[in-house]
Amino acid sequence: MSIHEALGLTDAEYERICELLVREPNHLELAMYAVMWSEHCSYKSSRRHLARLPTEAPWVLVGPGENAGVIDVGDGIAVAVRIESHNHPSAIEPYQGAATGVGGILRDIFTMGARPIALADPLRVGPLNEPRSNWIAEGIVSGISGYGNSVGVPTVAGEFVSCETYRDNPLVNVAALGIMPTERLVLGRATDVGGSAVLMGASTGRDGIGGVSVLASAGFEEADDDATKRPSVQVGDPFEEKRLIEACLELLEARLVSGIQDLGGAGLTCAASETASRGGTGMEVDVTAVPLRQHGMEPFEIMTSESQERMLAIVAPAHVDQVLEICARWEVNATVVGRVTGDGMLRVRDGADGEILAEVPASTLHDDAPSYDRPQCPPAEREVRRGVDPAARPVAGSPQVADPGDCAADLLAMLADPSWVYRQYDHQLFLNTVVGPGHDATLLRLRDPRDGTPTGRGLGISVDGNHRWCDADPRRGTAMVVVEAALNLACVGADPLALVNCLNFGNPTHPEVMWQLSEAIDGMSEACDALGIPVVGGNVSLYNETNGINICPTPVVCMVGVHPDLVRRPIAAAVAPGTELVVLAPTGLAGQADDGDDAVARQPVPLGGSRWAWERRHCRDGALPQLHLAASVATAQFVAGAVRDNLVHFAHDVSDGGIALAIAEMCCHGGTGVQARVPSLGASAPAARALFAEPPGRVLAAVEVHDVDRLASAASAAGVECRRLGSFGGSRVQIGRLAEPGLDIDLALDETLARWSGALPESFAQPVDGTAA
Amino acid sequence: MSVTVGVVRFPGTNCDLDTLDALAELGARTVLLHSDETSLGSLDAVVIPGGFAHGDYLRTGAIARFSPIMDAVASFASAGGPIVGICNGFQVLTEAGLLPGALRPNAGLSFLCQPQQVVMASVNHVLGHGLSTSEVLHIPINHFEGNYVCDRLTLQRLREKGQVVMRYVGNPNGSLDDIAGICNEMGNVVGLMPHPERATSELLGSTDGCRLLEALLEAAASTRQVIDRRTA
Repeated sequence: MSIHEALGLTDAEYERICELLVREPNHLELAMYAVMWSEHCSYKSSRRHLARLPTEAPWVLVGPGENAGVIDVGDGIAVAVRIESHNHPSAIEPYQGAATGVGGILRDIFTMGARPIALADPLRVGPLNEPRSNWIAEGIVSGISGYGNSVGVPTVAGEFVSCETYRDNPLVNVAALGIMPTERLVLGRATDVGGSAVLMGASTGRDGIGGVSVLASAGFEEADDDATKRPSVQVGDPFEEKRLIEACLELLEARLVSGIQDLGGAGLTCAASETASRGGTGMEVDVTAVPLRQHGMEPFEIMTSESQERMLAIVAPAHVDQVLEICARWEVNATVVGRVTGDGMLRVRDGADGEILAEVPASTLHDDAPSYDRPQCPPAEREVRRGVDPAARPVAGSPQVADPGDCAADLLAMLADPSWVYRQYDHQLFLNTVVGPGHDATLLRLRDPRDGTPTGRGLGISVDGNHRWCDADPRRGTAMVVVEAALNLACVGADPLALVNCLNFGNPTHPEVMWQLSEAIDGMSEACDALGIPVVGGNVSLYNETNGINICPTPVVCMVGVHPDLVRRPIAAAVAPGTELVVLAPTGLAGQADDGDDAVARQPVPLGGSRWAWERRHCRDGALPQLHLAASVATAQFVAGAVRDNLVHFAHDVSDGGIALAIAEMCCHGGTGVQARVPSLGASAPAARALFAEPPGRVLAAVEVHDVDRLASAASAAGVECRRLGSFGGSRVQIGRLAEPGLDIDLALDETLARWSGALPESFAQPVDGTAA
Repeated sequence: MSVTVGVVRFPGTNCDLDTLDALAELGARTVLLHSDETSLGSLDAVVIPGGFAHGDYLRTGAIARFSPIMDAVASFASAGGPIVGICNGFQVLTEAGLLPGALRPNAGLSFLCQPQQVVMASVNHVLGHGLSTSEVLHIPINHFEGNYVCDRLTLQRLREKGQVVMRYVGNPNGSLDDIAGICNEMGNVVGLMPHPERATSELLGSTDGCRLLEALLEAAASTRQVIDRRTA
């Protein structure tokens, strides 16, 4: 294998480098192109598709392409938000992989001048109860807990999903938010020719060399390879990062730096070339000035090392002493390693005026990176799969086709309290957490970053993904994910403002994967347009595959919104005996079939892509329910308003697991039973369809008896269906259908609560016998 | 009359600003003290807040206890000044020998951030004013090392002299005798694992933390009166 192939470059890419340089690159230059032209840094397979996303709105201060997206939330406050993936490192070394993901995302936030105030961690792992999956899951959660808690940024939201598709390739996405006075916004640009490049933070070691090209831009072949890839995983030091945050924020506050950039994927090469390229300048780096952790490191190792907790600041020569002094006070190492030049070249030298080791036009590392229009093709069996009805599939072990099964058992099997995960995260630091993890969305107090004064307003955060929906139909499934995020924000009374996305997909050289990616981007665009919100940043993680099997397409979004008045917030305790249970939904989903509406009854809602079909019938086929975008958006807007008007005291969107799971979750939150009858979603439909189908746009609400009529007339005026389904109270969870006399589910509240709180702890308490399935 | 409370910040402390905010909200003047300072200046009380001083490297509080400011904190303690260590601050106070015992990793070997009920076991200390024994408070916990342990003789002494400040309702971390907080014999140095600054607003789910912090401000005011009277 040639050197460029070993570094992950194709023959055509190598030839293009020779053309750009008008000569053959040396080893160091080749290593720099290899990391910068990797999938991770260059988005070479996704760039042309990402261009279709809506990115503009009057409140967008910084859109995609910078370290983080920034939006104006009023009162002179700007919110920076960013999402990243650390999937591959976490598959190899779960604790450090997840921990360094947290560190990296925080640097992206304070690089913009914002103080990080919140983290969110959407996690996806393999089937629990398998020793290896449990090891990965526990390692990931401990890594986030160990790093996030110590670095002093609360982890306030997340997801915890387990599915076979992630057995060898877990998804560790991490989002971060920061706030700053709008006037403090800083960009990662080196515009001052003659300015010094100051490297701050940890010393540079051999950890993470080529992480972006070796790990992030290739799939896994055999488990044995993990050991050889482990040195490509970085090691995190949250205490170093904590000091680095404080030092950088002080430098930015004192306006001592003109540009600043974190060293993440592709290390110093990326930071130096990005700041120069964005500023239209060049840069000289002296490799001998870089403080090293190990002896005998080669220049290419220094330039591509991904050692954590490092920043590159561009400082006017007159300010260098002051910068070094502030860094010293925070016990942060800082060294001048280079200077900004006017010739557009990235030059690496051996000594300040020493031999030139590498010399390439800085912009060629970015702007000339390849962009591929890879072939796309929908999966051949797509139409056949869509025709399957999971409800017609036999229950495993049952001789009878279309056995209705045990709906109560199905419900209990899907019920799990995620607090096992989030209680390991500090989710209360900074005293902002009004609605914390475990609910539809998180609600934080929005305070003025200048002096901490409460604005009275709140910041809503929701992270969402659903691989089952996106596997059934990547376009509609992705749109449904975006709608769900908006509904989640609505449940806490917040209106959406913007989102960032993390697109986790398989191998882009497989045409089906490229088709999924392209469809998902279109679905996301459609939903964002319907909501009137922009995409302000994102991350693409490809090559999520093992032994040639791709993961299910998993776009994840982190949506941010604002609540205008925190006095009117949802309260879980409102789900109490005597409260009424009401569903708010787009037309056709609130029981019209039960009222004799034949048009609705003739088209039963399909069960394809539902959690029930996948987990309880082991059926991944079937069509996805219809998405009525405008009506779902109207429902979200109505729910947000009803929560703020105190008409609805607690709201919960109906998502995976269907309406039965959503009702049971409300019972668990409130510690009360329920007697409810739910819409059938089709004439003579089996119970499972009514209970577990996942048509988008529905929200359950806990409403006071005397408010039900007022809510119904307000809903009717807004064109939203509203139907009372039953009442909370009693010691049993009883769910039936509107048009049927009996009960489909009748469980003791105690048993339901025990299953809810015990599910995750029990999964992790299984003895590890080393016999992974 | 407003009292002045110093809040100590070690490198790695992260609840410093929250604690300052909570105290200021209750009307205290607040001063942020860096751990490399050698004097406290003119203060009526000291709080060592939660976090990860020096990254909790080596062992919680083990490096922080050698900080220059800890000598001044020890002198303030022996002069009867009110001192409260919250979470990591409690761990620092035990490492510094200002409180007996130690805090080990939680019995479940898992970090715990959750709402918690505690019951006041004594009120004869700087967090006791206005509270009564057996009163139940809702104050969240947030720690990996909150499992209090001490030798049998020390435990006996803590019980006899009313030095157990509060106990957990439903022991979350394996703590000996359900201990959530203790004080020294004089009652002027208190360490507790729960975070009162996180229970200071209805928006955050509880205001019970205000009662403990108000008690501290009251203790600070009366200690100052005693000292003022002596020097007058």
